Amino acid sequence: MLIPVSISISVVIFLIVQLLPGDPIDNLIRVGSSTEDRKTLVLKYGLDQPLAVQYFRWIGAIFQGDFGEAIVLRRPVADLIAQNLPYSLRLGGAAFAFSSIAGITLGTISATTRSAIVENIMRGFILLGSTVPGFWLALLMILFFAVQLQWFPVSGAKGWSSLVLPVLTIGFGGVALVARVTRVALLDVRREDFVTLLHAKGLPSRTILFRHLMPHAMLPVVTILALRIGWILGGAVTVEFVFGRPGLGSLLIRAIGQRDYPLVQGCLLMLALAVMLGTLIGDVTQAAMDPRIRETKK
Amino acid sequence: MLEVRDLEVAFGQIAPLCGVSFALEKGETLGIVGESGSGKSLTAMSVMGLLPLSGGRITAGSIIFDGQELTKLPEAAYRKLRGGRLGLITQNPMTSLDPLQKIGPQVDAVARLHLGITGQQARARTIEILGTLRIPEPALICDRYPHQMSGGMKQRIVIAGALAANPDLLVADEPTTALDVTVQAQIIRLLDDLVKERALSLVLITHDMSVVAQTCDKVVVMYAGRAIEQGPVEAIFAEPQHPYTQALIGCIPKGLSEDEHLVGIPGTVPTVMNYPKGCPFHPRCIRAEDICTKTSPSLLPRGDGAVSCHFPGAAP
Amino acid sequence: MTSITDTIARALSGFRSTPMSRAFGSWLGKIAGGFLALLVLTAIFAPWITPFDYTAQDLTNGNAPPGWPHLLGTDQFGRDVLSRVIYGARTSLSVSATAIAISITVGMTLGAAAGYFGGFFERAVMTVVDLTWSFPDILIALIFVAIIGPGLTSTTFAIAIAYLAQFTRLTRAQIVRLKQETFIEVTINLGAKPHHILLKHLLPNAIAPVIVVGMLAIGDGIVLEATLGFFGLGAQPPTPSWGAMMASGTAKLFLSPWVIISPGVVVAVTVIAVNLFGDELIRALDIRDRIRDS
Repeated sequence: MLIPVSISISVVIFLIVQLLPGDPIDNLIRVGSSTEDRKTLVLKYGLDQPLAVQYFRWIGAIFQGDFGEAIVLRRPVADLIAQNLPYSLRLGGAAFAFSSIAGITLGTISATTRSAIVENIMRGFILLGSTVPGFWLALLMILFFAVQLQWFPVSGAKGWSSLVLPVLTIGFGGVALVARVTRVALLDVRREDFVTLLHAKGLPSRTILFRHLMPHAMLPVVTILALRIGWILGGAVTVEFVFGRPGLGSLLIRAIGQRDYPLVQGCLLMLALAVMLGTLIGDVTQAAMDPRIRETKK
Repeated sequence: MLEVRDLEVAFGQIAPLCGVSFALEKGETLGIVGESGSGKSLTAMSVMGLLPLSGGRITAGSIIFDGQELTKLPEAAYRKLRGGRLGLITQNPMTSLDPLQKIGPQVDAVARLHLGITGQQARARTIEILGTLRIPEPALICDRYPHQMSGGMKQRIVIAGALAANPDLLVADEPTTALDVTVQAQIIRLLDDLVKERALSLVLITHDMSVVAQTCDKVVVMYAGRAIEQGPVEAIFAEPQHPYTQALIGCIPKGLSEDEHLVGIPGTVPTVMNYPKGCPFHPRCIRAEDICTKTSPSLLPRGDGAVSCHFPGAAP
Repeated sequence: MTSITDTIARALSGFRSTPMSRAFGSWLGKIAGGFLALLVLTAIFAPWITPFDYTAQDLTNGNAPPGWPHLLGTDQFGRDVLSRVIYGARTSLSVSATAIAISITVGMTLGAAAGYFGGFFERAVMTVVDLTWSFPDILIALIFVAIIGPGLTSTTFAIAIAYLAQFTRLTRAQIVRLKQETFIEVTINLGAKPHHILLKHLLPNAIAPVIVVGMLAIGDGIVLEATLGFFGLGAQPPTPSWGAMMASGTAKLFLSPWVIISPGVVVAVTVIAVNLFGDELIRALDIRDRIRDS
């Protein structure tokens, strides 16, 4: 599944340049370049060749780490990505960790205490998380925590404190979502016969919760977290832009605005790759957790 | 060994179990029979102290196990009894084992917890018990996952878990209902042998009168949350006094003769929400009179057993 | 595996609005519906309602706080925020509604064809659908905007494409389910033509969930439009749009936060209203299970 999907995505991204109005070469080169430059590029990308050949050259170059040259910034796209990627990884990783840890903890508390208040607060947060635009939430966070309270820096990417607001913004909806899936899954497993039997064996509730219930509840949570990687990336694109953080998202938006197509392609490819990796990691984790899935995969 | 007296259970305002009493000696097997919804499983859960799991509670009566009053036992002490001296076998072996864990550790856990043995010792014990339950290649089975085993094998593993800490009392809640007919007989024989070899007490919950006839010493017939007739198996089978018991016994297919019809009991079991007034069986009873619709009969001694009916007596 | 997807589906079903609708009963859905109707009317009659010309600049009165005569204050060029929010509703609603209409039309056609004919065509369509499904809508929209460039037209198409998968999936699930029902089987066996079965029997039965999901998608579309607008990739000046307003407000975030707060509140309230109203529809039509199927 993963391989055909990766190929189709790369084809779509490759076609961006081809689908643009005008000669693709014009989209790959800065205005006012010499005819010589044009010739080098035509040769390099094989623009005189059929599309399929062009695609294989392009993808072949990417496998060797050559993403082409950014038109506006006049630097290799690979360098720009390498420079921005760590910021995105840090933000994405922190947001992911935040929404999973906080979400699972909250969901577990809500399932074990069966508190209607916690449940309703959670649902309310999911409602807000899925309806309030991320960038607006980010702006409100800045207004309140950075301007009014001055707890955290307004923007930039210096030190851990600059991570707090972006992570909260991205994680906002995610925490509630993960919490709710955890809660529903835990309450489901609790009704299973084997849990009654575990109690009948005299195991303490704590042992049953952590050794038996949690692993089961984590199966759907892993699924939702794997999906969440995509959402976190989407959120990161917005949040990076608002907080003025360097990263793939702000790089991409700037590139689209400046019509810097090699850079757009590079960024999209990296983001798509991350989504795919997320799905893959999710599948692998699930197989590691559930012997029944391992069997069907064989 | 076990004495249950006037047990009543409630879920919120609903009282699905009222006034169940029975007693069981060491080495005896007591059968609890009834259709689904008659309160058999609730009785089992009450003895195991597991009612709070499903949101129920004991509102009256007492459960005395080996001289100990269980209804007022604190949870920590109850936990020591469960698995240690009380073993439970549940209905559906397909869902009774944790699908994410190997067989070995699931059985080991009981001995570790209650006998204080660890690692190698616990595993050796598990293998030994699996062996006594006639499970082939027990050492290999320990490394398998539940989904790789058949229903009958899984039920044996559930039984192994219940036996791991040498309990004195086994509660088996319809242990064969979910199994194939051929496997059912094996499991029942296995339980019967265990009771004899280990001098266990067994509470066997079933809806199958023929199983009771084969294995039990005593029987309690339940209907709509009450014990309507009880006593020694021989007596009850020889001369059932309650029309419901008679009907249940009548339902057992006797042989393969041409002219025999399978008999059913007309009507359905009332649900907890609409227990009828008076004797709960009266809408389906052939002997029902006016009084049956008004007052509920109490359980009174009759012959070797006891019966709860306004018009008890042998079948006409 | 079904249990995992089922658990997630249950965890998410009605997750957006049930807490409030449970607390307030169905009148919350009605209020939401009323609000939306009012919003649509406001957008339609914007020229007669707005107190000021939304383009009129008054540099001497820039960044004025909410008060009289500028109820929601003015932006850095002294333009009336309220008037711009009202005109923004026009842009937002029309872009989102058009986009979802396109999305529904194309999605239903693809989904119905996939579900009805099955085979290779179905597999091809569903592979593409699953592919876009795993990507966040903003990324899909950005890919599209990257191709045709910033602007309202590309925003419309980008939103349409971002939610296409949803409708294809939903329609296909409906058709597959309906195909197994007896009355359709009988019709097929009686030798009815495919287009007749599809148009006369299958689509009319599949349309209710699609309409409701479409309604919810308009809410998501509004957020997406605002986001693209905020990035400067949506409506271009002088067209007023909620997203673009907030983007221009960031420059004077500390000086005049109202420029950002009021369009944001309107977006949030609109989208919440869409969800509450949609949930009310789902309950009224009793189609939650059918939506969950997909």
